[in-house]
Amino acid sequence: MNVTVAGVLRLLVLVLSVVVLQLAVVGQVNVFDANADLLPLVAMSIGLLAGPVTGATVGFLLGLVADMALLQTLGVTSLLLVGVGYLAGRYRELRDATHKMVPPLGGLIATLGYAAAFSLVQFLLGVESPVSPLVIREIAVSALLNGLLAIPVFTAVRAFLRADLIDDLRPRRRPVTRLRVTT
Amino acid sequence: MYKKSVRRRRAVLALLVSLSIALLTVYFGESASGGLHAIQRGFLEVLAPLQEGANRALKPARDLVGWTGDVFDAKSENEDLRSENERLRRQVAALQTAERDARQLRALVGLNRSEGFPDGYDTVGARVIGRSPTVWYSAITIDKGSSAGVRVNQPVVSGAGLVGRVSDVSGGAARVTLITDHTSGVSAQIVPDGPNGLVKATVGNPTDLLLDFVQKGRAVRTGATVITSGWRSSRLESLFPRGIPIGQVTRVDSDERELYQRVHLRPFADLRELDVVEVLTRKPAPVENAQVTP
Repeated sequence: MNVTVAGVLRLLVLVLSVVVLQLAVVGQVNVFDANADLLPLVAMSIGLLAGPVTGATVGFLLGLVADMALLQTLGVTSLLLVGVGYLAGRYRELRDATHKMVPPLGGLIATLGYAAAFSLVQFLLGVESPVSPLVIREIAVSALLNGLLAIPVFTAVRAFLRADLIDDLRPRRRPVTRLRVTT
Repeated sequence: MYKKSVRRRRAVLALLVSLSIALLTVYFGESASGGLHAIQRGFLEVLAPLQEGANRALKPARDLVGWTGDVFDAKSENEDLRSENERLRRQVAALQTAERDARQLRALVGLNRSEGFPDGYDTVGARVIGRSPTVWYSAITIDKGSSAGVRVNQPVVSGAGLVGRVSDVSGGAARVTLITDHTSGVSAQIVPDGPNGLVKATVGNPTDLLLDFVQKGRAVRTGATVITSGWRSSRLESLFPRGIPIGQVTRVDSDERELYQRVHLRPFADLRELDVVEVLTRKPAPVENAQVTP
């Protein structure tokens, strides 16, 4: 990703808008008693589009702004989203991230990992009430919803940051390998 | 060149992880009046108007999403009717929003006037502008803060019953920890003359609360109502005044090995669909026989 002042500003606007959108809208729409979570999706999308350094940085900022806005324990969401952004960025470096199924599958896996890690951190910090098995169902439904939302979110993030991306992550066309010879 | 970029990548990762852990540690270590908490409240002060604006502007769209989900199968095939439907759908979403708000406000007024509702409290009506996205933090953000008289630990109710308590306040917004949060505990009583206990959450299941520490042998009837018990001693006083409805008993677990029986209840307030709530603020004590001393 090209590091320019405009690019950094665009990222900051993206972070702020995503958090506001998540808290004011997406977090309040219940689907099968669960809701989607844009934060891991956006961290994953940035990682896939701009690499591990930008992915981890944006993940950190997303978590920080979300924790600030929700008056939650600072650092928890940041720590986990740093992981999501970084791992998505590493995937881009090591594997073919242009496949159409990467965003939805990545969104699903990122959300599952993020939610599981979040639960683990909560257990480590201490849970003072019994935990219902419905937590697992809610995490699963959220992950499925995020898997479905990943394609539009990834497309929107790519469109928003297109000017700053070094290579646009679109499915590559296969080279023509066979020539048809006519007589 | 490659090694340099690898080193840079790892350094950034290490820096961000360290920063997160440092934030977590410092935040846990400091009191509610500490520096990080103050910065957090200041940030919320700035963000709350944005959040409120987005919440209001996109509420019809949000309701529309829910409504569309319910009537997904009822799409019209006719082109004219489809456009008519679009217009009506927008109207319905707007009306449903207004109707839902009105219903909640009517219920709030009804609750305030009901018998047994705690005396000595003023109410501050507030709109829900944010909701925690994870199942672990059961909290909402409301659009009223210290400038409207909201203070930490004040009880919050909806038209149906107890919702939670104010856990953090900034000038124009406040965070409300719901009774379904794992850190929540409310002293409660089964009415009319049932036993006392402590209402705790069941994480991940917002429709199931647990009334714990109910002594064995005390009869508990399914369907009985549970209210806040509002105890008071010479030194301490419950955060929740007596008489706020919490929920209805759904079942009782009694294990021979346990000292107490565990009573499950369904909260009266639908904590997933809150749009409007009220914060109970104490009325200022009337000044009687005020004396002016020179």
